[in-house]
Amino acid sequence: MSQKVLLSSKEINIILHRLACQLLENHLSFENTVLIGIQPRGKYLAERLNKILKEEYKVKQIDLGFLDITFYRDDFRRGEKTLEATKTKIDFLVEDKNVVLIDDVLYTGRSINAALTALQSFGRPKDVELLCLIDRRFSRHLPIQPNYRGRQVDAINDEKVKVMWKENDGEDVIYLVNR
Amino acid sequence: MSELSVKHLLGIKYLKETDIQLIFETADHFKEVINRSIKKVPSLRDITIANIFFENSTRTKLSFELAEKRLSADVLNFSASQSSLKKGETLIDTVNNILSMKVDMVVMRHPNPGVGIFLSKHVKASIVNAGDGAHEHPTQALLDSYSIREELGDVAGKNVVIVGDILHSRVALSNIFALKLQGAKVKVCGPKTLLPKYIEYLGVDVETDLRKALEWCDVANMLRIQNERLDISYFPTTREYTQQFGVNKKLLDSLDKEIVIMHPGPINRGVEITSDVADSKQSIILNQVENGVAIRMAVIYLLASKIK
Repeated sequence: MSQKVLLSSKEINIILHRLACQLLENHLSFENTVLIGIQPRGKYLAERLNKILKEEYKVKQIDLGFLDITFYRDDFRRGEKTLEATKTKIDFLVEDKNVVLIDDVLYTGRSINAALTALQSFGRPKDVELLCLIDRRFSRHLPIQPNYRGRQVDAINDEKVKVMWKENDGEDVIYLVNR
Repeated sequence: MSELSVKHLLGIKYLKETDIQLIFETADHFKEVINRSIKKVPSLRDITIANIFFENSTRTKLSFELAEKRLSADVLNFSASQSSLKKGETLIDTVNNILSMKVDMVVMRHPNPGVGIFLSKHVKASIVNAGDGAHEHPTQALLDSYSIREELGDVAGKNVVIVGDILHSRVALSNIFALKLQGAKVKVCGPKTLLPKYIEYLGVDVETDLRKALEWCDVANMLRIQNERLDISYFPTTREYTQQFGVNKKLLDSLDKEIVIMHPGPINRGVEITSDVADSKQSIILNQVENGVAIRMAVIYLLASKIK
């Protein structure tokens, strides 16, 4: 197994600021916009963007939630292991809101499909956008594309994109791992 | 660990401590789900579950049915009073007939102990025991422990007394197994005639003085007298039972600490527990019912994920 660095801490930081600016451009005051990180790994990205928007771009109030999609996935009973759930924390209604779904890696699109179903349990959003840090091109199983993307990668199926976050894994870095 | 060590839920006796923790963690997620405005998840949309009840039940049957529907499973309900059993069909035949309609899981309540174990050896489906005679009622014990964990933070190290008809109670046996497995200390309390011989071999203490038992415990689980199973007279009168083993407000207030009162239902108000105790803030009886749905969702979800 070999791995190479796809993005360093500095590059990630630049991309995060660009994504924050793109979100600002479209949503400006975030009055009617909510950010929802998809559990477990989209949580860190959503928290980072929330922090940058509040601290550096002085957005006063952003509704931030985390959505667990385990019970909505389409591979229940199909894998070897039981799917393990994580915490959902959405203490607002998404009714008539602009929702930005946030995940670290967009691969087959199945997680996003599950997230769109899960989201329906919290109301009928006005519209839903998708933000991802890494977009793995040519590997989609479903017609799903991101509205905001950090970096597009041509990774083959044997490769894995590993996103590490300072708060969880000790440093900000993204690897391309060869299995 | 992310998987149960068993294929069926026949009794707490067959579970490991890690199984219980996994069920509790999963139930935490489902409790969040059932408190949403839309309380349903699509996980089990390709699973069919038959609820086969050979004995009357309100709470357990409703709770299982609700749990199954919240998970989007297809549900078949069957009660013995309307069945062909009266026409002489055997249990295995009945169940196999139901299974040939492509049912994946059977939730069964039956007056005979060991029915679940017997069925699990003869039919191809996951079996969930919803009470088999005076043997076990595993989901009740799980939701009881889950409610204690929710109320007191942990089950380990807590003192729990089970009061009442221990001899005929499946809730008592399952609770003893579950509480011991999680490291709680357990006492049973009731008239000598309703305490099984050799029960101390299960690692529980026996106490016949209710006041002493209540002074010792953090949690009191009050059981109903199982009148339908009493073949002979075990105590002189209900009034005398109430005087010795009934909990009332005066008795609770005279203790120097506030204990948690539980009851698996149905309550016989004024017999094992007075109305003012059942409705007091020390009582978590209705929390138990709410937690019952989350626990049963967790059990069904975890067992269903093992059906290939």
